[in-house]
Amino acid sequence: MSIDRATVAKIASLSRIKMSDEELDTMAPELSQILDWVEQLGEVDTSNVEPMTAVIPNKLRLRDDVVDADPKTGGDRRDDVLANAPAAEHGFFAVPKVIE
Amino acid sequence: MTDLTTLGIKAIRDGVKAGDFTAREVAEGFNANVAAAEALNAFIVATPDHALSAADAIDAKRAKGEELGAMGGVPIGMKDLFATKGVQTTAASHILEGFTPEYESTVSQNLWDAGAGMLGKLNLDQFAMGSSNETSYFGNVTSPWRRPDGANTPMSPGGSSGGSSTAVSARLAPAATGTDTGGSIRQPAAFTGITGVKPTYGRCSRWGVVAFASSLDQAGPMAQDVTDCAIMLGAMAGFDPKDTTSLDMPVPDWEGALSDGLSGKKVGIPREYRMDGMDAEIEASWDRGKEMLRDAGAEIVDISLPHTKYALPAYYIIAPAEASSNLARYDGVRYGLRDLPDGAGLQDMYAETRAAGFGDEVKRRILIGTYVLSAGFYDAYYNQAQKVRALVAQDFEKAWAQCDIILAPTTPSASFGLGEKDDDPIGMYLNDVFAVPASLAGLPAMSVPCGVNSEGLPLGLQLVGKAFDEQGVMNAGLAIENRAGFTQRAEKWW
Repeated sequence: MSIDRATVAKIASLSRIKMSDEELDTMAPELSQILDWVEQLGEVDTSNVEPMTAVIPNKLRLRDDVVDADPKTGGDRRDDVLANAPAAEHGFFAVPKVIE
Repeated sequence: MTDLTTLGIKAIRDGVKAGDFTAREVAEGFNANVAAAEALNAFIVATPDHALSAADAIDAKRAKGEELGAMGGVPIGMKDLFATKGVQTTAASHILEGFTPEYESTVSQNLWDAGAGMLGKLNLDQFAMGSSNETSYFGNVTSPWRRPDGANTPMSPGGSSGGSSTAVSARLAPAATGTDTGGSIRQPAAFTGITGVKPTYGRCSRWGVVAFASSLDQAGPMAQDVTDCAIMLGAMAGFDPKDTTSLDMPVPDWEGALSDGLSGKKVGIPREYRMDGMDAEIEASWDRGKEMLRDAGAEIVDISLPHTKYALPAYYIIAPAEASSNLARYDGVRYGLRDLPDGAGLQDMYAETRAAGFGDEVKRRILIGTYVLSAGFYDAYYNQAQKVRALVAQDFEKAWAQCDIILAPTTPSASFGLGEKDDDPIGMYLNDVFAVPASLAGLPAMSVPCGVNSEGLPLGLQLVGKAFDEQGVMNAGLAIENRAGFTQRAEKWW
């Protein structure tokens, strides 16, 4: 088995997903099975290959350096941005107290 | 009078334009079909009023003699991965339940601008992760198709665009949007006897589409036939400055240039797709496909895509890696679910929210993605997968020296019963073994129905083309459609 329960607990913590002991027990063999299966990529000789960075060659564009170049993604939309927040106060996202 | 809900995009658009019927009559017909099909669970939310108001706008335009648009009067289903202003958008997840966007995705806006209306938001695999539509928080979608054995086993409509495939196949919508990351348009189209096109990466804007794996995600049409797909793709596609990977090139008149004559064209048959233990009926359908394309004037040539075997494992590193990064945004702060136990701090809130909000398959992929990107493993997994991806793309580049189009099966089998593959993640992933290589290379590809198997379940054939050659793909698809004579429909039981 390529990854054990403790490793799954570690990556679950890195992923910010709380997992019960039971879930870790189920997930460890499943993830191991998948990782064992993808190991076959090691057979491929890639010594002279550059990793793909763009599937279709394209140049990166810059938008015009003006305010509200596109009204859909421009500024002055605070209320729209906050409309779906689970908690918003005084025009900000609200979260539990972080600093004691 | 014809039952308007048997009609496809072209027939509806042309009929409305000619005054044979009104757009409102069409919308009312499909709204009624949607309401009567709850047993299929194809829709997460129905939006009959959206469909009616779009139809009324088209009828009013016609009365004034104005242009009605490429999709004028056609109501469609919208996969619930596209943000729709004022209408709940969930990606079939609990974590986005109740999320009501303040904006419209580019693709859906393009469709409304072309005169289409919305029948509702279609169910899918959660965050588009799945090949059977069994990972939705809102329940499985059931295919309208059944085996003729009398057992009435609920069958999979494929995934992730399973609500879309079911809606079109069961005539709940004349067409629907889909998205394809590693086969999510083509595989469900094949399972339900409909036609679906994944265009070249960048043809359709990803802006406002809930992200799964950004280097692979592409939107495309799912409809009754090739002509309808050509019309709808034309309405969906186009340059969008809001998507950095959007193709800045004109959208061709795909519908106008459709032709099923393939003289002078070479069709490649990749030998690596003929796998050990291949389903004999799939192999036979592939052979029939070759005959049909030969009959259309094409020359059939053998080709080799040597890295085919490694495409699927590479995909299952790259897609989860991108997903783990994309799905980091669901934190219980800005939108969607927040799970905040009494006295919990910020970190606990993240972990509790994500534990409650994501389904098992989504968690599995986030964990795999986090693992392969973590310190010490990045080169061995992610970088190696991106190198293999480059080799898969090179295989296609070399093949284009010998052929213009590639023909292959869409899937390794016909549809299966819901629950039959639940305990086998890799067995489920293998559904996309023929679909994933074109996704990794960003190439246009489609599935077109070619017949039914001995159980009466539909089979699809896949066509893959050069980058930007959607026309060649759809022309070859049309050649098959015109020769396959696929007229079977699922018998109505819902």
